Amino acid sequence: MTHAARNVAIVAFAQSAHRRRTDGLSEVETLMPVLHDALGHVGLTARDIDFTCSGSSDYLAGRAFSFTMALDGVGAWPPITESHVETDGAWALYEAWVKILTGAADTALVYAYGTSSAGDVRDVLTRQLDPYYLAPLWPDPVALAALQARALIDAGETDEQALAAVAARNRAAGPQGAAHRPRAAGDYVVAPLRARDCPPIGDGAAAVVLAAGDTARRLHDRPAWIRGIDHRVETHALGVRDLTDSPSTRLAATRAGAFDAPVDTAELHAPFTSQEIVLRKALRLGDGVTVNPSGGALAANPVMATGLIRLGEAAARIHRGASDRALAHATAGPCLQQNLVAVLEGETR
Amino acid sequence: MPEPLTAPLVVEFPFTRSLGPVQSAFLTGLRERTVLGVRTTDGQVLVPPVEYDPRTAEEIRDLVEVAATGTVTTWAWNPAPRRGQPLRTPFAWALVRLDGADTALLHALDAPGPDAVRTGMRVRVRWALERTGAITDIACFEPHDDEATEPTERAATAHASSPGVFADPVTAVTTPARLDYTYSPGRAQTRYLTALAGRRTVGERCPACRKVYVPPRGACPTCGVATDEEVEVGPRGTVTTYCVVNIKAKGLDIEVPYVYAHIALDGADLALHGRIAGIPYDRVRMGLRVEPVWTEGARYPDHYRPADEPDADYDTYKELL
Amino acid sequence: MTREPVAVVGIGQTRHAAARRDVSIAGLVREAARRALDDAALTWSDIDAVVIGKAPDFFEGVMTPEHYLADALGAVGKPLLRVHTAGSVGGSTALVAADLVTARVHRTVLTLAFEKQSESNAMWGLSLPVPFQQPLLAGAGGFFAPHVRAYMRRTGAPDGVGSLVAYKDRRNALKNPYAHLHEHDITLEKVRSSPMLWDPIRYSETCPSSDGACAMVLTDRAGAARAPYPPAWLHGGAMRSEPTLFAGKDFVSPRAGKDCAADVYRQAGITDPRREIDAVEMYVPFSWYEPMWLENLGFAAEGEGWKLTEAGVTELDGDLPVNPSGGVLSTNPIGASGMLRFAEAALQVRGRAGEHQVADARKALGHAYGGGAQFFSMWLVAAEPPTT
Repeated sequence: MTHAARNVAIVAFAQSAHRRRTDGLSEVETLMPVLHDALGHVGLTARDIDFTCSGSSDYLAGRAFSFTMALDGVGAWPPITESHVETDGAWALYEAWVKILTGAADTALVYAYGTSSAGDVRDVLTRQLDPYYLAPLWPDPVALAALQARALIDAGETDEQALAAVAARNRAAGPQGAAHRPRAAGDYVVAPLRARDCPPIGDGAAAVVLAAGDTARRLHDRPAWIRGIDHRVETHALGVRDLTDSPSTRLAATRAGAFDAPVDTAELHAPFTSQEIVLRKALRLGDGVTVNPSGGALAANPVMATGLIRLGEAAARIHRGASDRALAHATAGPCLQQNLVAVLEGETR
Repeated sequence: MPEPLTAPLVVEFPFTRSLGPVQSAFLTGLRERTVLGVRTTDGQVLVPPVEYDPRTAEEIRDLVEVAATGTVTTWAWNPAPRRGQPLRTPFAWALVRLDGADTALLHALDAPGPDAVRTGMRVRVRWALERTGAITDIACFEPHDDEATEPTERAATAHASSPGVFADPVTAVTTPARLDYTYSPGRAQTRYLTALAGRRTVGERCPACRKVYVPPRGACPTCGVATDEEVEVGPRGTVTTYCVVNIKAKGLDIEVPYVYAHIALDGADLALHGRIAGIPYDRVRMGLRVEPVWTEGARYPDHYRPADEPDADYDTYKELL
Repeated sequence: MTREPVAVVGIGQTRHAAARRDVSIAGLVREAARRALDDAALTWSDIDAVVIGKAPDFFEGVMTPEHYLADALGAVGKPLLRVHTAGSVGGSTALVAADLVTARVHRTVLTLAFEKQSESNAMWGLSLPVPFQQPLLAGAGGFFAPHVRAYMRRTGAPDGVGSLVAYKDRRNALKNPYAHLHEHDITLEKVRSSPMLWDPIRYSETCPSSDGACAMVLTDRAGAARAPYPPAWLHGGAMRSEPTLFAGKDFVSPRAGKDCAADVYRQAGITDPRREIDAVEMYVPFSWYEPMWLENLGFAAEGEGWKLTEAGVTELDGDLPVNPSGGVLSTNPIGASGMLRFAEAALQVRGRAGEHQVADARKALGHAYGGGAQFFSMWLVAAEPPTT
């Protein structure tokens, strides 16, 4: 486990109402109210923040340097210490956590946004693949997840009924909007995955405030302390990987201390039902663990913010006393190629 | 409030990809109906081959030929093929471990229906009729009724024929990619563009710092709050700075030389940009007062021309530079 | 709480060219990474984490290429972090990697930045048409030229200063075997008579478009003790951002740049940068940015930067050499350009810059910037370890 020299906590979390489309809002118009919301929870403004870090993707937006205009929503004046990751905002949170550990910052604002509806996300994500051997075939994320699901079924790890149960539970838990209610099985999108096994396509934004030690205690009665956080990547070649397992998740969880004591809650970034099966196994989550009380990525999936939302949702549960020790997971790349695990705790009451 | 604007946005480019040694050999091999793998230091054969061991990152160059037949390790039925995918009729995506390889290759498998596909089934490469040295030289896989060739035997025969050496090797591929988006400029820009259609330039004032933004972008970038109070600015303005363009920009049909300028419209707190005409290019200067010239049907002024008034004093616009 | 000192023990870069048609994207990044590992006498397995940066993914047409590159970079089973802060990204990436060591999250980190611009076309990647927006009427240099004119107006700098910078940087590049442009027959007259593209910017005063990569190995005190060659020690590093466009923005001398430099100097205990810093690698995509940044970074008073250039102070044998490597004007793989500045600064204080070595360089500044002159990252490295 990483021996952090400082204690860092998530003290605030906010997210937009997730929609199929953002109703003609620009990215900054989607993002700005979420930033105000998160900062407002702890009575701060952007000027009180020592470090700002965001996650987003030019490819989702269809424009180069798309993140530069989103910065308008922060109000970066006087100039701020700021960075950006071209991936899910969970990794922006990781960068901010490191920054606080160095002692150069006591507080950090982390945000992420994704307008998956701008392009056809199934086409867009094919551009993530090996540009010589895979991208020219345009295999979309549903196809790749379906290959993984078939491997799981062949290995006896799951079946379509079990996948249906995962879908139903996540969608029932989803908090808002019509897209989140349980829906009928639907046709196969790419068999063995049906519509219910796939994430909704939607737009949204999320923001988190981090703080160190006493600052965190001052800002929140019950900070969600980051006891450990780690991320690992595995080979890009699908034909080299065992798609039924996620060794990178397991290693990240080990390094984050997830197996040192039981967790009561897990927020998993599993855009496809079958991927929840893989993650549960890798993380050794038993029946006693509440998995995705938020509904997870199957209830709302603003790509590039979905992972950060898992960290935020887990923290929010600790904030309101519904959890004492929660695991949050984020993923990036095809078929769970890269995984981040954080362990959050509330102080003993 | 006007209906939010949207417009199609196409991002398209024919990317040229140089291949490096291993990928060059593999793709040239496909052109010649030969499948190559690469042997790692611990003896595994990777297909498709890469320049580095995925586990250790060590450089690997030991190419070996493998069979064009193999076994499906996992698959997925694609009932609705999408643009760019290998087949137009429903097909299976499959990971196929070719005989002689230790890893699997992703491609399409042509089969009559999902019932005709299973993990462990035998398949063979269906070669494209026209091959150029690309992954699509494999048109797809197709079912193949045989027994697996012994891997060791295949690898041994492959070694005999100096694999990877071809006349006229492929060193680069062109991979066109097109993505279609719907672009939403947002509510603030919609208000601005709607006014512009009536040849009015409407900025928005920040409620906190009172600065007027043209065009408005939804947020005051220094205060991080929404701008909301509409303020009509211009039509006249001042050239704050400029350059003389002597080189034709791609896709712009403007005779050079011409002047590209930053123009602070009266009442705006920052400059926008435009072309200056109606005056010899070498007489344009900082402080020149200008007014817009519109052409029928254009969204923006075609250019700005000198307004009949004295130049602005430097001190009046130096903060807008 | 104590911060772990950070040492640069390995530096590698590719040969840069308009098109590196001999390598794949993976081959390009591995060329730099391999050289950095060799310089540090380390192998892939000695690396705890990889931090990678590049500018827009559209340049190569690969979304989040770090996922495809994980295997090539020896990152399998390790943390892999991708940074994108526009043109400053090469610098920001190195700073994120340094933070991992400072915070003692990892001991030895490989950081790398690249751009293989020949896969597409830089102008295409930089100016994808956005619906409803007025197109930029002037090409790449047209964005910068009005700001150069504003600088000249503000300071009274004479016309020829830009040519002096280009002539110096191109000559410096002749001493750098990795540089993209090697113009052996360069003369000041040739620079001065090159076509005026975006008046006041001439052709020879603009940067090329390159394929290339740069890598560094950063490590802690224990790692530095094992290194075969002298390390460069990090004494200060900072990033600053301001909005793209805003009322009151100073494009000639952005406040984010001033604040960033001030932060770095404070960390490094520098009170008189002009005297205390021995070499500077700054991000100068158009030659006039040298005098502009000399002022912005506190090496000259406002309005005086061009006088240093004109007096030869920034020449390789001057008393504040700027861009001894030839700089961005000679080599510009956009995403890697910032890291090249950081790496070249480190090479100077390690005494390993070869023919373009500045005599007795003990402290050097690496500088990167990007976006609409809005993102800045800088580091100050020294031959001696920090004392605190």
